[in-house]
Amino acid sequence: MIANLGYGILTVTFLVTLYSAFAAIYGESKKIPAMVESARRAMLLTWPLLTLTAAILIYLLVNNHFEVQFVYEVTSRSMPTYLKVTAWWGGQAGSLLFWSWLMSAFASLVTLRKWDRDREFLPWVIFVACITMSFFIGMNVFFENPFAQLYQNQTTAAIAPHTFQPANSILYIAPDGRGLNPLLRHPGMVIHPPMLYLGFVSFVMPYAFAIAALITGRTDDRWIRLTRRWALWAWLFLSFGLVLGGRWAYDVLGWGGYWGWDPVEIAAFMPWLTGTAFLHSVMIQEKRGMLKHWNMLLIILTYDLVIFGTFLTRSGVLSSVHAFAQSAIGPLFMGFVSLTLMGSVALIIYRWDSLKAETEMTSLLSREALFLLNNLMFISILVVCFWGVIFPLISELFTGQKVTVGPPFYERATGPLFAALMLLMGIAPLSAWGHSTVRTLGRAIWKPTVVAVVITVAIFLTYTHNVYALIGFFLVAFVILVTLYEYWRGANARQKTQKENIFTALWNLTARNRRRYGGYIIHLSMMLMAIGILGIELFQVETQGTLEINQQTSVGGYDVIYQDIARFPGPDGREVTRAVVSVYKGSEYLGELHPRIDYYFDAQQTMTIPGQRSTLKDDIYVLLVNWEPASATGATFKIYINPLVNWLWLGSLLFLVGIVIAAWPEKDPEPVTVRASRTVQQTSAAD
Amino acid sequence: MTKIFFPKIKATITNYQLLSAILCTFILALTIDSQVFAQGTTPTDDEVNKIAKQLYCPVCESTPLDVCPTEACRQWRDLIREMLTQGKSETEIKQYFVEHYGPQVLNEPPNRLVTYIVPIAAFLLGAFMLFRGFQAWKKPIATQSALMEKARADDRKNGRKGISPIQDPYIAKLEEELKKRS
Amino acid sequence: MAELTNTAPRRGVPIWIQIIIWVFLVGLLVIVAVQLNRAQEGTVQPGSAINDFTFALFEGYEYNGQSQIKLSDLRGKVIVINFWASWCKPCEQEAAALQAAWKEYESTGQVVFIGADYVDTPTEASIYLKKFNITYPNGEDRDLQRKRPLSQYFRITGVPETYFIDNEGVLRYVHIGPLTSLEDIRAQIDPLLK
Repeated sequence: MIANLGYGILTVTFLVTLYSAFAAIYGESKKIPAMVESARRAMLLTWPLLTLTAAILIYLLVNNHFEVQFVYEVTSRSMPTYLKVTAWWGGQAGSLLFWSWLMSAFASLVTLRKWDRDREFLPWVIFVACITMSFFIGMNVFFENPFAQLYQNQTTAAIAPHTFQPANSILYIAPDGRGLNPLLRHPGMVIHPPMLYLGFVSFVMPYAFAIAALITGRTDDRWIRLTRRWALWAWLFLSFGLVLGGRWAYDVLGWGGYWGWDPVEIAAFMPWLTGTAFLHSVMIQEKRGMLKHWNMLLIILTYDLVIFGTFLTRSGVLSSVHAFAQSAIGPLFMGFVSLTLMGSVALIIYRWDSLKAETEMTSLLSREALFLLNNLMFISILVVCFWGVIFPLISELFTGQKVTVGPPFYERATGPLFAALMLLMGIAPLSAWGHSTVRTLGRAIWKPTVVAVVITVAIFLTYTHNVYALIGFFLVAFVILVTLYEYWRGANARQKTQKENIFTALWNLTARNRRRYGGYIIHLSMMLMAIGILGIELFQVETQGTLEINQQTSVGGYDVIYQDIARFPGPDGREVTRAVVSVYKGSEYLGELHPRIDYYFDAQQTMTIPGQRSTLKDDIYVLLVNWEPASATGATFKIYINPLVNWLWLGSLLFLVGIVIAAWPEKDPEPVTVRASRTVQQTSAAD
Repeated sequence: MTKIFFPKIKATITNYQLLSAILCTFILALTIDSQVFAQGTTPTDDEVNKIAKQLYCPVCESTPLDVCPTEACRQWRDLIREMLTQGKSETEIKQYFVEHYGPQVLNEPPNRLVTYIVPIAAFLLGAFMLFRGFQAWKKPIATQSALMEKARADDRKNGRKGISPIQDPYIAKLEEELKKRS
Repeated sequence: MAELTNTAPRRGVPIWIQIIIWVFLVGLLVIVAVQLNRAQEGTVQPGSAINDFTFALFEGYEYNGQSQIKLSDLRGKVIVINFWASWCKPCEQEAAALQAAWKEYESTGQVVFIGADYVDTPTEASIYLKKFNITYPNGEDRDLQRKRPLSQYFRITGVPETYFIDNEGVLRYVHIGPLTSLEDIRAQIDPLLK
């Protein structure tokens, strides 16, 4: 009953979004403002409708309505309530609904602002947002109905999902559900997909504005000004989703890694690359008026990569641990991808001339030039990633051979590019907009370079001779020094002119120039993350072996003694096999670790949970690989020593701080308006 | 007694190793992945993993062979152990896996040239386009100073005093800003 | 006032660049579409004629005195191809039924059972075959003619799967999952024998 209500509301929402999209462009082409307003209101209606739909689905999930197919597939009686709620995005149908719900929220937010000066954009923004929404909702309505119920045919006893009750069958209520994939029953799982989806979905809005700008011909800076903040927040969510994914993988997936260059991970990484490139090159457009084509291209590329990435994940084209099971939505998605891709490209070609720019570059060492180089690096990394994902498809098509593109390719191909980016991160803050010569830049650079070299030599003498590590640490030191120097320089200037003490100076400096100094904090955080990555990638050691009770094994300076093991039933319908090991460093006792294997009966899957001890210097990460009570031999353990890895997590915390600072709303100094009195008020209020 | 079940590869092994291989395999079949104390040449888990790291599970999706927890993967790691015991080299083992399970078990495509050439070409293309862009954008400087020279010359000719709007960089910038914000 | 800006007249995107862009874009979409189609295809469907293949048998197995089987040589007989693996738990459920069926039909000489061992290790395979006393021809999943797995040709979606081919080389029935009942096997073979 209530499931059918949910489906009904979903269908209504689908029709509403279609109406909204077409009313918007019809009203625009026939110059009927009332129709456009009607479209706007219709779009505002979608969020309450979808919230209601979602509420119904959550109600069904929490209350064990196993006659509903989706509920049966992703929940079970033994799951705690909070996991039943998060199971909403634990399967294809539910996650599509989640996507649509987020989209409607953002679309509504956008339409609630004042539109007086940008009336011409509105219909097209509504159109793009609603077409995207109607596509995703349409997939729910026609192909992946989250409210489909299970019916058992009275003659054949076959059980199948249907939207409406077929003849000669009755509702089938399973005694228990299959339960969420155990890998997903973790707090990290609660946040990681929503964060990623938030990032993906919020990139739709800048895209909508870009399309609106192209269609209306208003290709000046206005569209960028309107969506700059959207793009920044989208980038925040996406970045954080990626980092959370890495942390969750490290904690839970039991292979001691945080990033596997899996095609679906890369599908989420690619829009991040173009998004970061966009954030930088948009500054060039603001300061120097250049690169209009390029920024337009970047935002279109970001959106198309989001859609393409979502398609790859959900259609079954790629094989990946992350991928959803195959379904009928593949071809439909293919159509949508093709349409948006070709449509956007056609539009930008059509409007190419109108993206005229005042392009001049006085110096190859100016900040614009360096930002352009930065863009080149990001796009090159993008090409590497895209090619790595597509190559297996091409290979199978043309040679019949299936191949796997794994980490070695990506690491080799992107390594030098990331190094180049770090170098640019160090040089660019020291160069000026518009004009920089070798002399001025050289004068600023030589000091940090020398100190960085000294630090590198120290590392060489004390820690490692590994060439890649030394280059990496040199670059990290260089960037950190330059960034700190920028802070010092700015704070120093404030101290002299405003007579503030150092702390107030730093605070005010950052508060008054949030984008710049928040950005510097982000750069710093990236360098901390780089330290962690260099540590774990270049210096990780591991060992695996079978130990008897009280037997010891050693690796990376640690001694691990196998003490005890026990098997017992755990919460949430699982069986836990838990080992106890003691960890020593030399003669110092460091404590106990409890690696375990959890076996989930309902899903018939095992999860290996590591025992970890984390310090800034390194992580000791112990996995219980295998133990059988019947066997006479001992338990098998795998131990990783991951040096410096916690700098990665530290860096990501600082990253969050940095981006919140950078994105925190500043009083955007709005340009002068027509009426004089308001002008006076504006200028006095402006900082 | 136990036959090696693949006609292509014939391993020459002594009877004693044969016996311990049978024993190993039998016990391995019952107790998954535990180490058996055969004489001398049994490879350590680390040696097995060193090779398994470079391979992907032929059946599971994108999972490296050394971390894959399934029954099948344990068997493949045991196969590697078996082959190491027989004295096979890393290359031979990888070759065997490719022959029997396809090139997708390697963590890199066998054809290196094709894989790397596209990103390298793209990077060079991008760098070239950027270079041309820099060249094109530097030209207007000449035009700009020429214009300013011309304006000054005009002023002098017409006896105009002071700075004409064109020359004043502040005004020029202001006009530019206004243009942008309109 | 004179423009200080670079406003060289533009004429849109040059046509040759447009062609390159569109070719690239359409090419990419076509490649992905074809692969998507393949991913969604499912197994070879009943009614298709099965291409010839050559199948090598494990040591200790033979058919007609040969250690290889060529499909075209078997024209006129009903062929049952079963894909299995030693690590596949459901496969164990059907092993007994398949062997019993083979014992019934072997003497007629009209039916051939072929076991194709999918992505497996030789040691484990032999243990499995011994455990269930399987005597019908078994070998590694490989087509020696095309040098690729037989399972790739049949586009199997997992193991166990069994394919029933009639005496004219046309696929008649695909069973996905274990064939645990002897009656079911007979029910598929008997109609093809007429």
